[in-house]
Amino acid sequence: MSSKLKVLIVEPSSIIVEGLLKILNGTELFHILPSLPDVQHLQERLSVSHPDILILNPTLLFPTKRIPIFSFLNENPQIAVVALIYQYVEAKVLSAYHGVIDIRENPGQIAPILLEAQAILREAVPSSDSYELSDRETEVLICLAKGLISKEIADKLNISVHTVNSHRKNITRKTGIKSIAGLAVYAMLHNLTDK
Amino acid sequence: MKLADLISENYNLILMLPRFGIPLGFGDKSVADICKNNNIPVDFFLLVCNIYSFDNFIPDKMLISSIDMNFLLPYLLASHRYYKEERIPHIENHLQHLIEKSEAKYGKILLQFFNEYKEEVNEHFRHEEEQVFPHLEALQKGNSDNSYRIRTFVPEHSNIEDKLSDLTRIICKYFPGNILPNESIELIFDILQLSDDLEKHKLIEEKILVPYVVFLERRFR
Repeated sequence: MSSKLKVLIVEPSSIIVEGLLKILNGTELFHILPSLPDVQHLQERLSVSHPDILILNPTLLFPTKRIPIFSFLNENPQIAVVALIYQYVEAKVLSAYHGVIDIRENPGQIAPILLEAQAILREAVPSSDSYELSDRETEVLICLAKGLISKEIADKLNISVHTVNSHRKNITRKTGIKSIAGLAVYAMLHNLTDK
Repeated sequence: MKLADLISENYNLILMLPRFGIPLGFGDKSVADICKNNNIPVDFFLLVCNIYSFDNFIPDKMLISSIDMNFLLPYLLASHRYYKEERIPHIENHLQHLIEKSEAKYGKILLQFFNEYKEEVNEHFRHEEEQVFPHLEALQKGNSDNSYRIRTFVPEHSNIEDKLSDLTRIICKYFPGNILPNESIELIFDILQLSDDLEKHKLIEEKILVPYVVFLERRFR
């Protein structure tokens, strides 16, 4: 039971919810939480039931903010959010989701879409719980503090720009400091710049 | 509604009273009466209150184009003055005090960081005061020959905000904490309050200034 991924469905149409339940329960991969018809009590529910995957009808989010999904994802980084669509949704909005289920999707494809969404999320959020910077991250930080740009750091440390950027993201995630000037202060306060 | 009741709903609204020139001691008068006595269009006052209180509040275009916006420019300028002449110097004094008491090399770094921040904020305000505000003024007076377009202006404060939040984190987490502990905490609260207020200021520019100028520009086309 505990190894199953917890799925929460937020969708107003009970016909669609029932259909999804039938399809997903057939796979035995998921533990489906009681679904919600709208987002009104979503936050409370999330804080109690901690789903791994959220299947969400994007139209439900609209009235409150223009592109609310971005802030939702920021506030809930542990949840893979999959859009359930049966009408046109702006591509820009859809691209923020970890996956998309079209209402006309082949039933066999739905479980793989959910699993892939979860995989995308796992890649994005490193599982390491360490709050301290790793040696590599410290090296990148020193370079940043010296004013090097990602490309220069990549060349210097013999890693790809992509890797440098992911180190940068982790540095900001761990320290909470976003600006380069702020990182330089951090480096100096930790006496890293003398090395 | 009484102004006093409005403020007890959201005490942060006190901050915007001086920008409207409303002194404290307003007694139990209604919002409408106080606005009237101070020559403030009440619709505009309420619009600012709404944006100040509800982050998700989006005024509709009809409202923007129909209410008296003569107070917009004085309001924005007064906000800028408040940040530049009161809040930032206040934080700077606090910080200076902290820096004097700390090890020279740490102090120097922190001071440099703050000065960079200050320069960026001032540059941002300068841009608005030299480009955007005169443009608005010209449009309000009925001149449309200005080639400037509001589209090129984005009330982008993100880098400035990042620096401010970095400053709180640095003082909170990484600066040697044994120097003036109480003052450091006070300083952090001052910075957080400024940062919240700047966020509201940005919302007012995004949701009133930009759509209003777009509306005026269209009218001349």
